[in-house]
Amino acid sequence: MGEPLLRVEGLRTIFQTSKQVVTAVSGISYSVDAGETVGIVGESGSGKSVSMLAVMRLVPSPAGRITEGRIWFQGRNLLDLNPAEMRAVRGKDIAMIFQDPMTSLNPVLSIGKHLVEPLKLHLGLTTTQAKTRAVELLQMVGIPDAANRLNDYPHQFSGGMRQRVMIALGLSCNPKLLIADEPTTALDVTIQAQIIDLVKRLRREFGMSVIWITHDLGIVAGLVDRVIVMYASHVVETASVDDLYEDPRHPYTLGLLSAIPRLDAAERTRLTPIPGKPPDLSNPPKGCPFAPRCGFSTADCLSEKPTLREVAPGHFSMCHLELSKQAFISLREVRVNA
Amino acid sequence: MSAYLARRLFYSIAVVVGVSVAVFLITHQLGDPVRMLLPLEASEEQYQAARQQLGFNDPILVQFARFSVDAVRGDFGDSLWMDAPALPLVLERLPATFLLAGTSIIIALVLAVPLGIIAALKPRSLLDHVASLTALLGLSIADFWLGLMLIFIFPVSLGLFYTSGYGTWEHLVLPAVTLAARPLGRISQIVRSSVLDELDKNYVTAARARGLSEQATLLGHALRNAAIPIVTLTGFELTRLLAGFTVVVEAVFGWPGVGLLAVDAIERQDLPLLQADVFVVAMIVVVINLLIDLLYGALDPRIRY
Ligand SMILES: Nc1ncnc2c1ncn2[C@@H]1O[C@H](COP(=O)(O)OP(=O)(O)OP(=O)(O)O)[C@@H](O)[C@H]1O
Ligand SMILES: [Mg+2]
Repeated sequence: MGEPLLRVEGLRTIFQTSKQVVTAVSGISYSVDAGETVGIVGESGSGKSVSMLAVMRLVPSPAGRITEGRIWFQGRNLLDLNPAEMRAVRGKDIAMIFQDPMTSLNPVLSIGKHLVEPLKLHLGLTTTQAKTRAVELLQMVGIPDAANRLNDYPHQFSGGMRQRVMIALGLSCNPKLLIADEPTTALDVTIQAQIIDLVKRLRREFGMSVIWITHDLGIVAGLVDRVIVMYASHVVETASVDDLYEDPRHPYTLGLLSAIPRLDAAERTRLTPIPGKPPDLSNPPKGCPFAPRCGFSTADCLSEKPTLREVAPGHFSMCHLELSKQAFISLREVRVNA
Repeated sequence: MSAYLARRLFYSIAVVVGVSVAVFLITHQLGDPVRMLLPLEASEEQYQAARQQLGFNDPILVQFARFSVDAVRGDFGDSLWMDAPALPLVLERLPATFLLAGTSIIIALVLAVPLGIIAALKPRSLLDHVASLTALLGLSIADFWLGLMLIFIFPVSLGLFYTSGYGTWEHLVLPAVTLAARPLGRISQIVRSSVLDELDKNYVTAARARGLSEQATLLGHALRNAAIPIVTLTGFELTRLLAGFTVVVEAVFGWPGVGLLAVDAIERQDLPLLQADVFVVAMIVVVINLLIDLLYGALDPRIRY
């Protein structure tokens, strides 16, 4: 296996206000191979969006800052690029689509203006060429009557259609990596499924890698090859999607999985959300960030922070207890019976 | 767009009707114009005869209809002070008023927009503090005081421009600069805050994520949206300048605008002249507001429908 398309090493991102320093991303490492689709899951506030904005070097400044790490993309550390070089990567090599299609498009510019802009900027097309290409892109993402819609404004599209426009915008310059930050969260369930199918089809056509952020493990099961689980600014587990579902090694992942409704379950068990709240990121605990909520934590867990370790081939977990799912279940039974 | 236009036009007409009613009620009903027309020593019989002759004993609706028809024909009666039809006296002041208000608002805009943008691009920087202080100074300084200071500095001490008068651009400079101070301050504040607001929005992050430069993001995306509150305030400041709030400065610089005319009309109890002045100013305000509404329509596709 050659060099991955994207390799993030020890990335740390903080937000500094007059009162406190919030560590939004605590030295995380991960990689994404060419053609691979990776899901990033985790509760709200776990640092999913910030870690992706960091890859784009778009962390809101001056409060937010990348303080450590390297972001290798096609052999270059993105953190070493000058602003002009970085702009040439954004939208061209790495594209990003956002959670809220209602606010991600400029309300006073037509859809055509949106689409033409990056095509002229990155691919050097003329306005006429760019308009032709824009219509093709809209057709590709399934906008009916695309040719007549270039002059329409964002408010004339439904939420699902706007997200399709955002996808067309993201794919306009054939990026090698598409980062999708909860692109379906704001949409109806049926529209969600359509958007996911669309991305599945397009990533094959474009041969690109995809990073798909979500806080719903259930949605992405059929979409992603590998999953990165984030908790309180850390990557706590990463594995292929099958390994993760079948053999979760981190207690937090197990908790997330048991919060997914299972259609095939013999009896419809009640969802069991993980009790408690994530730690305060301006004052993180000394030990494992999950220990205060973990049903299995020991004295060690509270005093010493575990590192992300390979627990099986290609399967990493940040936990002192090298437990398997079976062990979790029997441990839980012991406690319940006690 | 045409439905939007029709709606705005309808509102404008409603405002004109409202203003007419107000002017009519104030001038015909609150005061007693007949007493003011007659010499003090006029007898009760003379007074009653005059009332009858001038139509003040007719039913109020008849009086209003007559007033409206006259107003539409541009007939507000003769000025008592100048003994000439009132409306032309007001209209002949308009070029001076437009010239002064227009120049002031252009000076204000040309300085305020860059000032506000610079402040917004580097919030809490030294440049931002300097710009904010300038804005605060501009909008809080008393205009007559600023006018007097400018007279003291330029014509009196340096021999530049004129202390008062009308006719050349050199007469225009000092009153225009004086009147520009307040809109300059207020507009640069709103430019700063609305640009800051826009730069914080998702579509700006999304535009940056497509590789647009900061300049393209600001000029091509954020500013178009920020323009809406800026246009609102600029329109408000412009109507203020046209509607005679400039009267103190007109007085300081002897500038023959409609504001000064209104004050003269009040001092001389010249009701027809005052009526005509109020009416013209109201029409200007209505027209400016209509133009602003059209500009909104051009700026924001969401309100075109
Ligand atoms: N602009 C900001 N200023 C200060 N702190 C911020 C800012 N943006 C994010 N943070 C902090 O960074 C942490 C991570 O936020 P992030 O948006 O990455 O979470 P997330 O995992 O994407 O959550 P969600 O699922 O809600 O989108 C949060 O605790 C948040 O408080
Ligand atoms: Mg997020």
